[in-house]
Amino acid sequence: MSKPRLVLIGNGMAGVRTIEELLKIKPDHYDITIFGAEPHPNYNRILLSPVLAGEMTVQEIVLNELDWYKEKGITLHTGKQISKIDRVKRKVIAEDGTEEQYDRLLIATGSTPFMLPIPGNDLPGVIGYRDIKDTDEMIEAARLHKHAVVIGGGLLGLEAANGLKLRGMDVTVVHLGPWLLERQLDEVAGKMLQQSLEDKGLKFLLQKQTEMLVQGESGRVAAVRFKDGMQIPADLVVMAAGIRPNYALAEKSGIYCNRGIVVNDTMQTYDPKVYAVGECVSHRGIAYGLVAPLFEQAKVAANHLANYGIGRYTGSVTSTKLKVTGIDLFSAGDYMGGEGTEEILLNDPHGGVYKKLVIKDNKLVGGVMYGDTADGPWYFQLLKDGRDIHDIRDSLIFGQSLVGDVGHAGNSKAASMADSAEVCGCNGITKGVIVQAIKAKGLFTLDEVKKHTKAASSCGSCAGLVEQILASTIGGAYTPAASDQKPMCACTEHSHAKVRKIIRDEHLTTKETVFAELGWTTANGCEKCRPALNYYLISTWPHEAKDDPQSRFINERAHANIQKDGTYSVVPRMWGGLTTPNELRAIADAAEKYNVPTVKVTGGQRIDLLGIKKEDLPAIWADLNAAGMVSGHAYGKSIRTVKTCVGMEHCRFGTQLAMDMGVKLEKMLFDMYAPHKVKLAVSGCPRNCAEAGIKDVGVIGVDSGYELYIGGNGGIKTEVAQFLCKVKSDEEVMEYSGAFLELYRQEGWYLERTCHWLERVGLDYVKGKIVEDEEGRKVLYAQLLAALKDAKDPWATSREAQPVKQFIPIKLEA
Amino acid sequence: MDWKLICKLDDIPQLGSRVVQRVAGGDIAIFRTSDDAVFALHDKCPHKGGPLSQGIVHGRKVTCPLHGWNIGLDDGLAVAPDVGGCNKFEVKVENGQVYLAA
Repeated sequence: MSKPRLVLIGNGMAGVRTIEELLKIKPDHYDITIFGAEPHPNYNRILLSPVLAGEMTVQEIVLNELDWYKEKGITLHTGKQISKIDRVKRKVIAEDGTEEQYDRLLIATGSTPFMLPIPGNDLPGVIGYRDIKDTDEMIEAARLHKHAVVIGGGLLGLEAANGLKLRGMDVTVVHLGPWLLERQLDEVAGKMLQQSLEDKGLKFLLQKQTEMLVQGESGRVAAVRFKDGMQIPADLVVMAAGIRPNYALAEKSGIYCNRGIVVNDTMQTYDPKVYAVGECVSHRGIAYGLVAPLFEQAKVAANHLANYGIGRYTGSVTSTKLKVTGIDLFSAGDYMGGEGTEEILLNDPHGGVYKKLVIKDNKLVGGVMYGDTADGPWYFQLLKDGRDIHDIRDSLIFGQSLVGDVGHAGNSKAASMADSAEVCGCNGITKGVIVQAIKAKGLFTLDEVKKHTKAASSCGSCAGLVEQILASTIGGAYTPAASDQKPMCACTEHSHAKVRKIIRDEHLTTKETVFAELGWTTANGCEKCRPALNYYLISTWPHEAKDDPQSRFINERAHANIQKDGTYSVVPRMWGGLTTPNELRAIADAAEKYNVPTVKVTGGQRIDLLGIKKEDLPAIWADLNAAGMVSGHAYGKSIRTVKTCVGMEHCRFGTQLAMDMGVKLEKMLFDMYAPHKVKLAVSGCPRNCAEAGIKDVGVIGVDSGYELYIGGNGGIKTEVAQFLCKVKSDEEVMEYSGAFLELYRQEGWYLERTCHWLERVGLDYVKGKIVEDEEGRKVLYAQLLAALKDAKDPWATSREAQPVKQFIPIKLEA
Repeated sequence: MDWKLICKLDDIPQLGSRVVQRVAGGDIAIFRTSDDAVFALHDKCPHKGGPLSQGIVHGRKVTCPLHGWNIGLDDGLAVAPDVGGCNKFEVKVENGQVYLAA
C-alpha cells in the first residue's frame, strides 16, 4: 500500500519545522513534497540581520541543507511558486505547470513586507526586507550608494538600519509613531533606545508621514518626500512598515481567510484536509510575526498530521529582544499597562538602566527592560507560569539576584560580555563558542545549546546566562515554555508535573505502565526520564512500587560515589556528625586494609574514603557494618547529612541540645530519597555555627524553642534559607521539617533542589500547607514516617546474593 | 572465531551490564537490553575514559556515568552531536549462555 501524500507549500521556517516535528514523532508516515518559491533550502530568516550587518554569511544561516531533504526522502521543488490549489482533485499546481497530488496539504506561505501605497513605491532601489534576495540587494546598494532611508522604526527596520550603517551607508529611519518600537516599548525605553542608536550614528525622523518617493535621473529612487514638504536624499529605501500574511493563494482556492488563513486550535483550516502554520495564519484573530509562536504551532500541526490528535495551540505570549550588538533591550507581554494594572518602575537614566514591570491581580503580565536585561528570561518565565508574585514583590524589580551563582566570574549581563568570557565554568565554554553554535547550527532552545556546546549541562548554574545569550542571539525567536509544560526529556511530550499527576491519579506503579499510558516514544526511556520515573513511582507509592536499580544512576546502584578514574568513594554515616573512638578505629583499619589512597573530612561532618575499587565495596561495607556503621548516602538524591554544632551540652552560648536534635532528625530521615539531595543543619543558638542558613532545612535553637528555615543552598546557587516558622519543642521540629520534606518529596520535580522548588511554588504555598494547615501537616508527617518505616541499610542489603553480582567482575583468562 | 564462555544471560540484569576483566587490553563491558540482545564494548568512554559498564542502558544506547555521553551499543559510536567511538566486540547467546570473541 502506498503512503498518504503530504504536500507543503512554503519551504520556510514554520513549514519545515512542522515537517521536522512530524518526522520526529512519526517518520515514514507520508510521502512528502515541499514547494518553495525561493531558490534556497530552508534558512534561518531571523538571522538575515547579522548577514546584512556582515557578521554572518548566507551559507551559515541555512537550517536544512539539500542533503537533509534527500536523506529524509522528501521531494523538494525550489524556485517554484504554487499558483493554484485544486481542492476537489486534491492537487497543487505550480506556475511552471508542475502538479502534485495530496492527501494532506500544509500551507506555510509566510508573509510579505507591506509596501506603503505611495507614488514611487515600485521604483528601482525600493525594497521590502524579507528574504535573501532583499538582503543581497541591500548589501549591493551599500557598496554603490550613499544614502539609505528605512521606513518603519520597528524591530526589522532598526535591524536593517543598523546593518546598513555598519556597511557604511548614511542611514535615516523614518517612523510614523511617537517613539521607536512602540509595539514593544513604552516611551521612556523607546527614547533611551533612540539615544543609543543615535550614538551609533543613525538618524531618526519621528512622526513623519511619507508622501512619495522621488525618481532620480538614473531612473532609480533619489529622495523621500514627506507630507510637510521636507525632502531627504535616498538611493535605497527599505520598507519595514509591517508585514502582511500571504493568504491570497488559499483565499483564491476557497479556504476561509480573514486577514490570514483562519485555523482552529489544531492548526486546521476550514478544509479538514488542509492545515496551515506560520505567519500566513490567523489564529483566534491573531497573526504572529515572530518565530517562537510558529514553532509552537508547528508542534501542534505535526501532532495532528501524525493522527495522534493530542495538543492544542492556544496562542502565545511573545517577548522581544532587539538583535543590535551592544544594545540590551527586552520586552514581553502587556508592557504598557493600563486599567486594572499596577507598575513597578526602576529608572536610572544616568546609569542607562530602565525597568518597568506590569502587574495585574498579583501576577506579572508584562515588562520592559533597557540597559540591564539580565533578568529578562526570568521575568518572562514568571509571566508564562502565571506565578503569584506577591511574596517576592518587594524585591521583584531587582531581579532574580544572580549574585549567588558561581562559576562565571559574576557575569550576569550576556550582551555586554566579551566573546572570550567564560560562561560555563564546568566545561570551559566561552560566550563566543555558544553564539557561534547557536548561529551555525540553528539552535533555538536551551536544551539544544546544552547538547551541542555542553554549556550549562553539568551543574547548570549558568543556564540563566546561556538563556540570555540565546535570547540576545536569536531575538524574538526565543521563548521558554511554561515551567509546568516543559517535556521531561526527548522520549515524551509530557512534563514532570503531568507525569507526577498521572502516576498519582491513575495509580501507576511501574515504569512500563507509565510508558504505555503516556505514549513514550522510546522502548525503555532514557538516562534522563528513567531515574525521574523511578523516583516518582517509589515516592508516590512507597512499599508498593518496586524500586528499579537499573533506572538509577550508578552511584545509587553501587551505594558509593563514582570517581573520575572509575573507583568509588565510601562515606559511613555519622549521625549528626558524631563519632566514637571505636568507629574511627574501624575506619582507620578499613582505610589501611583496602589501601585507601585518600581520607578526607567532608563539608557535612563525615569522613570520606576515596579511591576504592568497586569489587572491594561489599567487603569494606561488611567491615564498617561490623563496627556498627551504616551507609552515609553521600551518593544519593536522598537525605545526606544533618550537620550540628555542639549546642548547650558544651557551648556556653548554646540554648538547645543541637547534637541531640540533629541525631533525632537524621534517624527519622534515614534512607529518605527525594527529588534531589537534602541537607539539614541544627545550630544551638543564633550564632549558627552549623551554617543552618544554607541548608534545605535549617534549625536554629533560641531560648524559647527553635526557628525553622527552609530552601537554603550553599552550592551552585548560594541561597539563604527562608524563615518558615517558630516552634517550641523537639517533637514539633520533627513534625514540621518532616512534613515539609514529604511535601517536597511528593511535589518536587526530579533534580529540583528545595530552593528551586520553593522558587517555583512560592513560600506562601508551603506555609499554607505546613504552618497554617495543621491537619494537612500531620497527614504529610505520617506519610513520611510510613514511607520510611523499616528502612534498611543499603550496604547490608546490597551484600545479599543477587545484588552483589554487579560488584564482581568476570575474569577472562589469557 | 575464538568464542569464550562468559556467563549465563541471567547473570546480566536486563538494562544492565557486567564487566569482563582481561589480562591485557582493558576491561570489556557486556550489556543486556530489555529485549535480551547482548552487546560488548571496550569499557572506556571515548570522551574521558569513563567506565561505560556503570552507565544507564536504554534502547540500544548506554549513557556514560561520568559526563553523560551516549554511546551506541551496536556500533560503539558516540551519539551526535558528540563525536568519537570505542571498540566493539562480537558476542553471542546460545542456550542462555553468553559467549565473547576476544
